[in-house]
Order: sequence, then C-alpha cells, then structure tokens
Amino acid sequence: MQFIISRYNPQIDKDPYNQTFELDNTLLSADNMLLDALHLLREQDPSLAYRSSCQEGVCGSDGMNVNGRNRLSCITPLSDLPQKVIIKPMPGLPIIKDLIIDMDLFYQQYKDVEPFLQSEPLDLQHEHLQSPEERAKLDGSYECILCGCCSTSCPSFWWNPDQFAGPAALLAASRFVIDSRDIQTIDRLKDLDSPTQTFRCRHIQNCTDSCPKGLNPSRAIQELKSTMVKEI
Amino acid sequence: MNLSGNFPIEFYDALVIGAGGAGMRCALKLTEEGHKIAMVSKVFPTRSHTVAAQGGINAALGNVTPDKWQWHMYDTIKGSDYLGDQDAIEFMCQEAAEIVRELEHFGVPFSRLENGKIYQRAFGGQSQNYGEEQAYRTCAAADRTGHAILHSLYQQNIRLGTTIYDEYYALDLLKTPKGEIGGILVMNIHDGAYKILQSPHTLLATGGAGQVFRNNTNASINTGDGLGMVLRAGLPLQDMEFWQFHPTGVAGKGMLISEAVRGEGGKLRNALGDAFMEKYAPKVKDLASRDVVSRAIAIEVKEGRGCGPDKDYVLLDISHIPEEVITERLPGIRDISQTFLGIDPVKEPIHVFPTCHYMMGGIPTNIQGQVVSPDDSGEQKVVPGLYAIGECACVSVHGANRLGGNSLLDIVVFGRKAALTISETLKLQGSNQNGIDLNLHTIRQRLQRWQKRNEVSADTSVQIDSVIQIKKSLQQIMDTGCGVFRDQQTMQQAFHDLQEIQVRLDNVCLTDFNDVFNLERLAGLELENLVAIAFATVASALARTESRGAHSRVDYTERDDQAWLKHTLYFQEEHRLEYKAVNLQPKHHATFEPKPRVY
Repeated sequence: MQFIISRYNPQIDKDPYNQTFELDNTLLSADNMLLDALHLLREQDPSLAYRSSCQEGVCGSDGMNVNGRNRLSCITPLSDLPQKVIIKPMPGLPIIKDLIIDMDLFYQQYKDVEPFLQSEPLDLQHEHLQSPEERAKLDGSYECILCGCCSTSCPSFWWNPDQFAGPAALLAASRFVIDSRDIQTIDRLKDLDSPTQTFRCRHIQNCTDSCPKGLNPSRAIQELKSTMVKEI
Repeated sequence: MNLSGNFPIEFYDALVIGAGGAGMRCALKLTEEGHKIAMVSKVFPTRSHTVAAQGGINAALGNVTPDKWQWHMYDTIKGSDYLGDQDAIEFMCQEAAEIVRELEHFGVPFSRLENGKIYQRAFGGQSQNYGEEQAYRTCAAADRTGHAILHSLYQQNIRLGTTIYDEYYALDLLKTPKGEIGGILVMNIHDGAYKILQSPHTLLATGGAGQVFRNNTNASINTGDGLGMVLRAGLPLQDMEFWQFHPTGVAGKGMLISEAVRGEGGKLRNALGDAFMEKYAPKVKDLASRDVVSRAIAIEVKEGRGCGPDKDYVLLDISHIPEEVITERLPGIRDISQTFLGIDPVKEPIHVFPTCHYMMGGIPTNIQGQVVSPDDSGEQKVVPGLYAIGECACVSVHGANRLGGNSLLDIVVFGRKAALTISETLKLQGSNQNGIDLNLHTIRQRLQRWQKRNEVSADTSVQIDSVIQIKKSLQQIMDTGCGVFRDQQTMQQAFHDLQEIQVRLDNVCLTDFNDVFNLERLAGLELENLVAIAFATVASALARTESRGAHSRVDYTERDDQAWLKHTLYFQEEHRLEYKAVNLQPKHHATFEPKPRVY
C-alpha cells in the first residue's frame, strides 16, 4: 500500500509537505487497522509523529484526516481504504508536528460550556434517583471521547474556533441540559443562546458523518435549539 | 537541548503525577482543599487508561441483592489468595459505598434500576454471606464505566480549575540533600524543554505497565513510568510476580472483553461446544475468579480443545441473551467485537484468549498512600515526600489476584485518602521549599545517555538496533517466560534473555534528535522503565516457589502458606529480594484465616 503523509517539523520546515511511504502488502494482514500500518511506517522513520494510546477507539488520541475524512486510525480497517491512502492532520487547528495538532482551542470550547453536573446538594448517604428512561436520554452524548473528529470537520468551527463552541462542546452541553439530575438547565440554555455559539451551526452534518463513535452531534444541537426556543 | 544549564523551577504544595482516575480523584480533593498543586500527565487527561475500564466498580450498595461491606471484604481477601493486606482491604470495602455515591454526585451516568438507583451486575468472585449465593455488587455505566468515571472526574477538575500539565512526561524523582523526595523532573513533550517541579509532596499515579507483555489489554502509554522512577531512586517494588491475565481478551489481538459479558450471562465454550467452566468451578462456573478462568482457558487450548484453524482460542457465547439486553448493557463489547473480529456477538460467539491485563504488584504503600520501604533493621518506614496510588501502587488490596470491579474502586478510594493525608500534612507543616537544592546528577547522566549517536556505518547490511525492536523482543521474552503458566526453566531463560535486552538497551541510539514531539526519545525513556519492571517481575517470580493467585507454577502447583504467605520486595541493585509480612489484622472485623480457595 501507498501512504502519502503530511509531514511538518517546526524546527526544520517552513511549511508542511507530503511524504510518500510504501508498505509491502506482505507485511500487512487482512484485519490490520490503519494504526498498525502507521506503527510499521514508524519503524521505517521513527520521527513520524502521531498520537495514539488505547488502540481500541476509546481514548480519542488518534484522530486524523484519512482520504478527506476525519477518523480514528485504530478503528479504521485498512481493508476499508484504497491502496493509496492520503493522511493529513485534522483540519482547522494549528499543526504541532506531522499529524499532531494543537487542540487547546477545542478543549477550551469544551471547558466553556461548563461540562460538569450541577445538582441539588445531597449527602453522601444517598444517590440521586434517576429512572432508566431519564438515564436512557444520556445515551448518545455521554460516550463522546473528545477526539475532535467532529469539530475539526465543521466549517463553522474552522471560521470561528474562538467563538463557535463546535459540535463536541455542544454535545457535552446538551448532555447536561438533558441530565435529569442537573438543575442549571435554564442558565445553561441562556449561556448557549447566541448567534455565534449554538446558532452558528448550520446542520451540514459533517460532525455526525465523521464521529467515529457513531454519535449524532448535529441532532443534539438541533434539540438544544428547539429546547431554547421553548424554554427561554 | 541544553542539559548542562539550570532547569527552570516551579514550586507547588503537592504534585500529582498521572491523570487517570486515581490522579484526578486525588488532584480534585487537593484543589478543593485550597492547595496549590500541579497534575502532570503524558497525555491529555481523558486519554488515560482508566477510560478503557468496562465492567464496573464494586460497592456493597445492596441495590439488587442484600449486601454488606464485610462480604465484599471476604470476597476480596479470598480473591487475593490471602496475599492481600486485610487492613487495607477492609478500609477499601468500608469506603466503597460512599465513594460510589460521591462519583454519582460528580455526574457519572450510571445505568439505573427501575427504582431509580444505581444498576449493579454480577461479577466474578463475588458472593453473599461469605461464599454463598452470587452477589450483584458491580455498579455499572453500561460497559463503559471507566470512561464515564474518568470523564466525570476530569469535568470536576475543570469545575475547580485544577492546574494540569498535560503532555508533560515525568522523568525522575529528585532528592533533597537529606535524601527525601523533593520533586520531579518533567519534560514538555511539545518542545522537549525540561522543568523542575519542586514540592514536599510528590504523588505517583502513573498506572500500570502491561506493555511489558506482547499480548495485553493495555494502552501503549502503560509503561510503568512511576515504577521505573521508584526503582532508580533505590526503593523497592512489591509483589511484581503477580500479573493478572484477563480470561477474555480478543484472541490474537488483546482488546478487553469485559467480565460483564459473563456477568450478564455469557458462557465460555470450547471447540466441542462444552461450557467447560462447569468442570473447573462447579459452583460459580463462568463467574469464578479471573486467575481460575484464565487457567481453565489455557488448559482447554493446551489439551487440544481450542477453536479455529490453530485451535488457539475459545468462544464466549452470548447469543442466548436477548438483543435488547446486549444493546443496553453491553454496547461497547458489541462494538469492539464487530470492529476487531467482524463478529456480531448477538449472532456468533466472540473469540477470546487470556491476555495480560493488570499489575497487582507495584510501589509499596500504607493505607494513607505513603510509600514505605524497609530500613536497615527490616522495619517498614515511610519514605518522606513520596506517595503512590492506583495501579502503580501496592497497598496491597489485590494480593495475588484482583477481583473484577475492584480496580476502579481502588483508584478512587486511595486517590481521596492520599489527598487527605497530604492535605493534613500541608496544614500542619506548610510547603516552604525555598533554599533546598535538589540533586540532578543522576538525571543529567540519564538524559545525556540518550544524546548518544550511532557511528555512521558504510556497511548497510548491518541491522541497526532500535528502541522499537528492543521493545518487541522484551515483550516476546515476557510472553514466553512469564505468562499464565510458569516454571523454573522458562523463567531462568527469560532472566538470561533480559540481560541481553539490558545490553541492547544500554547501547541503542536514537535516530531523531529533534525536540518537538520526539516520540522516539519518549519511547526510549519508557523502555528503560519497562525493562526494569520486567526484571522485577522475573526475579520475584523465580524466587516464589509456590502457586498463588495469578502466579501459577507447573513445578510448584500448590499454595504454600508456611513458606510464602508474605510479600516480595524487589530492589534493582543486584536484583535483591526481601520479604515482608502480610497484614492479617483488620481493625473492625476478625481475621480471615487462609483456607483452600474453591469456587
């Protein structure tokens, strides 16, 4: 297989450039993931930089742009890819080195939506009660792994990463808006109710299309918007 | 990179090294108490390996079946094959209910029962009334409990504004002129710059080291960095012969398939279709302790009843469980099975085989989270300034074998406890470190060593060694020499092979000398820790001439309490071993006397 990988070392290069690597198909097996191929390429060139950790799609480290689509390399089967694979860093955020981007803005947007439960104070002898139906509403939002595949594929985020919260942060915001234990629902909605925050989303669905966990941030944002209209 | 000049110094009340569940629970408490702390992590906090924990966290809430912390304590001690310290286990089980409710208050989206309480499932080795009916004790957020807990703890740290150095790598502990631990040297992975973090309290929460084995469920970051630091500081590691092989890793790959699958009714079957656990654990069958199930699978395969063309795995069958239960309770497992095996477990069984999962041993500590080490007379003394919690520590609550659901509990219980210990000391003594110079001699030498460059050889046929190749060899040696079953000969061979690995490690050179995200240098530094841990493992295992918990020897098949009801302490210098007594004196409950372990 052929891998065309975007390289950039700020100590040497003025701009990113593409480097072509070849991997002999005999080195690869039918069930390899893209990450396995990258590990083999790193044996050829130990300076090749990408993040990875859990290797099973739960830590969210290894988001990258593969043939035009943001994916996690550890759960992207090579068999899904053509013989020529073009790998770039996820777009829209500064490149640190090769496929590693600076995600500070992305994390800041997440922090800014106050992604933590704010509930009635309760002593440690008791649990908050929550019905299975109430709990089921959190399915599809709490599973986010903060890989950034969604936000870095969103043109609204590309334009205004400092203003538009982006799909990942809005998904987190919606997770707390719908959590029956949280009591700050109205304040949360008011904070999100601005043209540059939630309403900069135009629902082009890039986020949902790119989510490696199969989540649907676009729908969560839609529901946030309708809750805002109804509640405030 | 300038190694000769002075490194910049920052002062803190306390340092937390590692941002998994243990580190984040600890940092949260310290920040809440108003201390100036820094949490250091080589990855962004939610990338830490706690995120991959699946099945749940044990607490005797009694939401599903009647329960008491005393029953949980008994099960944990029995599970540990009586090597766990009974005072520590008692403390952990007593704290469990409150700490799980606290997690719920932090926002953890636990699955729920019809009455609105936290859902609890059956897990291996858990019983009611000291060994009778199966207990339902494992509190779960579907099969993503670790993810749910880690993210909630990170969110709480956001709430309090904890100072986090993420993508900083902790290199080594730094000592004061008096020999106390006075801080740590860290490297910013983004630009390779070094910095001294100085503090009277340094806490290690660096997690496990499953990367010493080739087949493992662990993240690539699990390289035992804290353990390597402790060994280099001349301190011991405890019980390093005890590694848990999880019975159900994805065959040939290693990803974890949670015990929750068997808790929800999954059955292990061999090539003949037999539910073989009935033979090995007639009473609790598939929900026996992990060491027991792993050995059973290994025996089935060894005796030719494995599945597939190479007869090298067994089947985990959940096809009899209704699809809606799988969707609600085991969605992550279904996902992993489909992604890595192309198998939908609703229709077809999952291919599984035991894979290295968890390190029961680690840095010896007391219940307060303080690191302890024997003095010249053999008495266990607190190491001033140093703490350890979570998988990198050995309190010891897991002894020779950990129960499923007890690791998430361990990290939060001792994370909170260690924070309280540090906080109380800070309130009494303050944290003035001005004027104390830390010794940098050894660390400068270590860093200098990685500056070494290969002589350029004209002969291109000479294969130049690399960090990656050495790591692969190391993992192969440990898989072969120190796996589910062990004996004198294979371990002796492994020890011999490790000495060759050490020579290769001493001589290997890097090819990349840039400073920005130099992952080759990082891997080299990590490899030093892995090799040190492999030596600790094999040396400790060779000496222990008995079978206990996860340490299973074909040449010494019985547990020998007379000779071996004691903890191993391994020191790096000359691979020296010492031993210390197991604590059999809990505070609020009578001693559980060791007896034969039957499931």
